[in-house]
Amino acid sequence: MGTIHPVSQVTEEVNAIFADMGFAVAEGPRIETDWYNFDALNIPGHHPARAEMDTFYMHRAEGDNRAPNVLRTHTSPVQIRSMEAQGAPIRIICPGGVYRADYDQTHTPMFHQVEGLAIDKDLSMANLKWVLEEFFSAYFGTKVKTRFRASHFPFTEPSAEVDIQCSWEGGTVKVGEGDGWLEVLGSGMVHPKVLAAGGIDPEVYQGFAFGMGIDRIAMLKYGIPDLRAFFDSDLRWLRHYGFAALDVPTLHGGLSR
Amino acid sequence: MKFTLSWLKEHLDTQASVEEIAETLTDLGLEVEEVFDPASRLKPFTLAKVLHAEQHPDADRLRVCRVMTDEGEKQIVCGAPNARAGITVVLCKPGDYVPGIDTTLGVGKIRGVESHGMMASERELELSDEHNGIIELPSGEVGQKFTDWLVANTPEKIDPVIEIAITPNRADALGVRGVARDLAARGLGSLKPVKAETVAGAFPCPITVTIDEDTRESGCEVFAGRLIRGVKNGPSPEWLQRRLKAIGLRPISALVDVTNFFTFDRNRPLHVFDADKVQGNLRVHRTVGGETMLGLDEKTYTFGAGQVVISDATGVESIGGIMGGEHTGCTEETVNVFLEAAVWDRIQIATTGRALKINTDARYRNERGIDPAYNMQALEDAAQMILDLCGGEASDVVTAGAVPDVARAYKLVPTRVQSLVGMDIPEAEQRATLERLGFRMDGDMAWVPSWRPDVLGEADLVEEVARIASLTKLVGKPLPRVQAGVPKPILTQGQARERIARRTAAALGYNECVTYSFIDQPAAALFGGGTEATMLANPIASDMSHMRPDLLPGLLRAAARNQARGFMDLALFEVGPVFSGGEPGEQAVQVTGVLIGRTGPKDVHGTSRGVDVFDAKTDVEAILSALGAPAKAMILRNGQGWWHPGRHGQIGLGPKKIIATFGELHPKVLREMDVKGPAVAFTIWPEEIPAPKVKTAARPALTLHALQAVERDFAFVVDERVETINIVNAAQGADKALISDVRVFDEFIGGALGEGKKSVAITVRLQPVEATLKEAEIEAVAAKIVEKVAKATGGALRG
Repeated sequence: MGTIHPVSQVTEEVNAIFADMGFAVAEGPRIETDWYNFDALNIPGHHPARAEMDTFYMHRAEGDNRAPNVLRTHTSPVQIRSMEAQGAPIRIICPGGVYRADYDQTHTPMFHQVEGLAIDKDLSMANLKWVLEEFFSAYFGTKVKTRFRASHFPFTEPSAEVDIQCSWEGGTVKVGEGDGWLEVLGSGMVHPKVLAAGGIDPEVYQGFAFGMGIDRIAMLKYGIPDLRAFFDSDLRWLRHYGFAALDVPTLHGGLSR
Repeated sequence: MKFTLSWLKEHLDTQASVEEIAETLTDLGLEVEEVFDPASRLKPFTLAKVLHAEQHPDADRLRVCRVMTDEGEKQIVCGAPNARAGITVVLCKPGDYVPGIDTTLGVGKIRGVESHGMMASERELELSDEHNGIIELPSGEVGQKFTDWLVANTPEKIDPVIEIAITPNRADALGVRGVARDLAARGLGSLKPVKAETVAGAFPCPITVTIDEDTRESGCEVFAGRLIRGVKNGPSPEWLQRRLKAIGLRPISALVDVTNFFTFDRNRPLHVFDADKVQGNLRVHRTVGGETMLGLDEKTYTFGAGQVVISDATGVESIGGIMGGEHTGCTEETVNVFLEAAVWDRIQIATTGRALKINTDARYRNERGIDPAYNMQALEDAAQMILDLCGGEASDVVTAGAVPDVARAYKLVPTRVQSLVGMDIPEAEQRATLERLGFRMDGDMAWVPSWRPDVLGEADLVEEVARIASLTKLVGKPLPRVQAGVPKPILTQGQARERIARRTAAALGYNECVTYSFIDQPAAALFGGGTEATMLANPIASDMSHMRPDLLPGLLRAAARNQARGFMDLALFEVGPVFSGGEPGEQAVQVTGVLIGRTGPKDVHGTSRGVDVFDAKTDVEAILSALGAPAKAMILRNGQGWWHPGRHGQIGLGPKKIIATFGELHPKVLREMDVKGPAVAFTIWPEEIPAPKVKTAARPALTLHALQAVERDFAFVVDERVETINIVNAAQGADKALISDVRVFDEFIGGALGEGKKSVAITVRLQPVEATLKEAEIEAVAAKIVEKVAKATGGALRG
């Protein structure tokens, strides 16, 4: 029996939900210039956040003094490229592989993210909260509350970390019940400088952006314990956690069996 | 950033519990990583008194004690040498969890004598490493809670330690006072006033300070200091040592501890030089390159050009704002000390720190931003503390450069909080919030406090107001559809194709893999990559050094891992990007599948066989068909070198327009990838498949012919190397109107045909359109087929 990898399956689930809310799927290169990956996102060269990202850099030939390209550390460069190409208003999600130089029990040097961006004249953080609660409720198939906590990201202002409601019983996490909170997402209102970098007038337009790990929410929904196994291609794992070819997630037919 | 509750309370007048404080910090954006509250694990324990202790009948080292507890007299067996009558002890009862030994007690029997609990040592309660005997308290009543006794007598032993993660913008919260200010702004207590000291200079400072002209710009804004002579350095007082230890710092000496205290208390890094080791005056300047300095961490640093350092007459003595030098460092013998407070350029600190790979508390703060307006007052406050702890006499202050003016104001637009965040907060409350954070309101302009380098616009004011009010109050608001009605499809053609390819491959029995985008150089080189263009500068491991030029090496590595686990029959595929260069866009999507082993497991029908090139061909054609590739494609040889030279084909819409390749993989490549072959594979380039020309969903009209079709078989003898498909294509071309299908049904090589020859048998289906075919017409078409095949392949009809 052939199988679909959980990353592909969950990406399709995410696409299906956001498509219904009017978000298109945008893609971009995985090797990026440091401008798209950092500067355009209000992370200048000296910014401490750059050092904290564990960035992979591409080799530059001797004598080539351009700043080295990077393996994108998030899919945010796709937001910039999409804003440049389309302008505002815009609603997109950007799923895809991203890279950070980190390897341990809960980190792999490549993982998958989906970011979202919605820009219009009157969007607020309250809309963001609604979108995320709708998303999580649809994705987990049960009503899920979110909690916003103040935080900081260079590319959003105000910024918030978002927790989803969960319970912790017997070492397993159950989303959508109990009074515990699990951090799953970073978000905020797009920083005026980021809008400007994408060629959008921050005096006229405003909106929100968010980002979360696809592998992470796949682990949460389907009870997959180890992130590293996602990329090991162990046939037993692929068969156990994979999905049937015809289990295409749709809103009308159900995202999952 | 770590601090203790008692330290926080030096700045914050509050009755809030440690739990409340921790929750509030996280909500404010100062995310709590850990609260270590020693008291929380000591709650069950009570005080007791040993009434009588006697030798255990069967053990030399044990004593049997009668102990008065809140539940009456109990018998406890104890091995501590100090267990004796009359002492007040800490009692752990059966059922209590004892943290230091990670055990929940029960009623025990030790060498035949029952024991109802234990009397704890400090180590058993994780209060210290002391384990020479059980705790003997100098006071306390039987039944009193141990935590209450600790609070009353030695609160420092159970002072909770809070660790928070500081986002890069919140430099001000790298000092305990900044944390206290946030909590006070939320209303969790009030910020205590802080005393501003004044220390008059008793004599002129014998050391002068200068900043080189080229270092004033983006180097050092102000460099100030003063000498304190006649100090007596030594261990700092107990309270200071305890505070530093609690947050994980090692107390060194009073002078050094004072600087560390200001670093964590006020986010104000300072430096102290042993003035007697400074030769001449201090000069802040840029390095020319090649200078060296032995740092306080006992490592020698060699400077590049343009880094900002502090030198005396003999050379570099300190890396400005990052780390002092060992040579002029303060020791127990220091008598005259030069105290430095400076404001450094943040970017310069970051780049120098990164270049020299030095991470210190000073660099961390100076690169995020300290309060420049506090620079001169810090010299007063720290001097006073040194005088208090070490005695001595302070000189006048010497200064080079000037304290930078960071005053700026932004307009507070109260409606922005509603429009941007979606929270309704009255204007008066917004203004009060900002004022509590240290902003000065002047009309609708908010003047930013000097300790908040991160506030750089109106949106930041909104953020502060919303943050202090708490984002938990946010209520979701529906996002209206862009257009009313049924949403339009959103996938691009490329996205839709990837999805179809993936689902089709899975339906054909392949298991989808997601492998890393980077691979080892030798594997990449086998598949046309592995050059410098796709090399990472900082790979995480040597087997992840190059961006993959193709999906095959990753899949073959995965196959080898599975073979090593005993799985020999494999059908793996991946859909993902491959990289032809190191620039954005030098990537393309591939759909790649690999088949290895047999077509199925052994079973009673015995139909399993080894996979071959035609399995790959069938699957690739199925996927191409699902992707809407044109049905008529040519099959070409001369694929890439990792394919078996004689057993592969490239599927092209023209000689230069290759959309897929299938075939057996080269045995040499498999050997180098440690895969037990043979293995067949296919690669599809979905982006190369042209978009359908017809944009309508409607199908072309279906023409059904009423007349009976006729089939005729032909066998051709051709040279062994002739591709069968050429025979098929030639036959097909004999009469495009009449011939509806050509299929191969037999092949036979060598034998009676002679060396180097093969026989290929085909069935040709003729579909008459207007009238039933007469024998003569069939004969004519047959002759044409033979002629066409002969012309195309040199073959002849087998006699």
